Amino acid sequence: MDIEGIGHHISRQYNEELEEIRTKVMEMGGLVEQQLNNSVNALVENDKDLADSVVMGDLKVNALEVDIDEECVQILARRQPAAGDLRLIMTVIKTITDLERIGDEAERISKMSLKLGQSDVVDSSLSAIGHMGHHVRHMVHDALDAFARMDAEAALKVWHEDRKVDKEYEGIMRQLMTFMMEDPRSIPNVIDLLWSVRALERIGDRATNICEYVMYLVKGKDVRHTSVEKMEHYVLGSKPE
Amino acid sequence: MNETNAINTKIEENSSADDICIQVNDLRLSYGESEALHGINLELPRHKVSAFIGPSGCGKSTLLRCFNRMNDLVDTVNITGEIRIDGEDIYAPGVNVADLRRRVGMVFQKPNPFPKSIYENVAYGLRIQGVKSRRRLDEAVEKALKGAALWDEVKDRLHESAMGLSGGQQQRVVIARAIAIEPEVLLLDEPASALDPISTLKIEELIYELKDDYTILIVTHNMQQAARVSDYTAFLYMGDVIEFDDTNTIFTNPAKKKTEDYITGRYG
Repeated sequence: MDIEGIGHHISRQYNEELEEIRTKVMEMGGLVEQQLNNSVNALVENDKDLADSVVMGDLKVNALEVDIDEECVQILARRQPAAGDLRLIMTVIKTITDLERIGDEAERISKMSLKLGQSDVVDSSLSAIGHMGHHVRHMVHDALDAFARMDAEAALKVWHEDRKVDKEYEGIMRQLMTFMMEDPRSIPNVIDLLWSVRALERIGDRATNICEYVMYLVKGKDVRHTSVEKMEHYVLGSKPE
Repeated sequence: MNETNAINTKIEENSSADDICIQVNDLRLSYGESEALHGINLELPRHKVSAFIGPSGCGKSTLLRCFNRMNDLVDTVNITGEIRIDGEDIYAPGVNVADLRRRVGMVFQKPNPFPKSIYENVAYGLRIQGVKSRRRLDEAVEKALKGAALWDEVKDRLHESAMGLSGGQQQRVVIARAIAIEPEVLLLDEPASALDPISTLKIEELIYELKDDYTILIVTHNMQQAARVSDYTAFLYMGDVIEFDDTNTIFTNPAKKKTEDYITGRYG
């Protein structure tokens, strides 16, 4: 399955329908990316208005998910897509589920930042959290880019990034735990931060899910729950006969 | 003046809903003693594709043939009720059937080109109408063949026999012949069932393009085809319209269990 293949059906209407779905996924992806970006900025810069706007913006993300799902159902019912077209529809249905959940995590981060009070503990953690947020945002961006270009190798690259995010997550967790041990009064604030960091870690996982769908879309092999070696073989190795 | 204004208002009021082209009111048809259609009521929108689906013998072809009074040719047929095309009852006394068939063109399951050249096949209806001008005929033939998505394939051999074309091309010649006389309604009776899958998709794409200019009614055994090409779908069963709705609804969430059973392959 490559990107040129999508528009080559005899039925022009079918081409348009598939293209529209792809466009809408990108639109939803862009919106989720922006939500994530805003939620991290709102947290790091203690911007309550921005955090509020993220909470409101989640409704738009949800609406897009429902809208795209509906279009996928129509295509399944009316066109009986096969081969690459079928994988595209499957990929879209799964991708938007993860996008919607990423949106929810962004909303969660914003809700935490609305609750969060000022303290030294908070200030000293925010830069590391901001860095992790930046990293995760890039993962989401690059995963969507791999989807848009139907690039399995790019997807694999993004997939590997998650290990680094997990390392960052562990580092921040250790730091937060130290704060709690040193001063139990910091616990309420630290727990809020902890939830936010956890949300970022989950977003990284969801970006890797999207990468796995892209590999499936392009290579036709389900790479979920396989070893890294097998995944690399499917994506980088010679095309199976 | 006032009358015109009144009509304009009415159209504006209805502009959100689809404009109805054909109205069927309590249409009953029997072959001798046995009734084949038991009181059909339908409103078919203009410039849309409406598909009739249902198991063999459900009456879908019989119903289609009512729209250009093809059933008149069968001796034992008795029809009651009415079919209104643009408000005019086509079964009213005094209706000119030849004129009706000019307004309502038909294409059958098996391609049936005349044993003449491609050009003469398409020009046939116009010649019968008395068009003699070579230029007008040339223009009409080109327009119809382009409309039927066949022009590029046959423009260099217009005067060769249409019988030498492939089945899919022959079917498109027949469609070109039908649209050359610029009907308002096109009836398609299983237009692709004798064709290979690629020719079928070409015919379907053609139907999609033609609906901008024509109200199209199509009978098909192939449910997936109805799902692909039509805007509205009527499910017929034993001479009744069980359900008529927009195709998205019929194929994702039909209201009647019978419809669901049929489209999911539980009987039929």
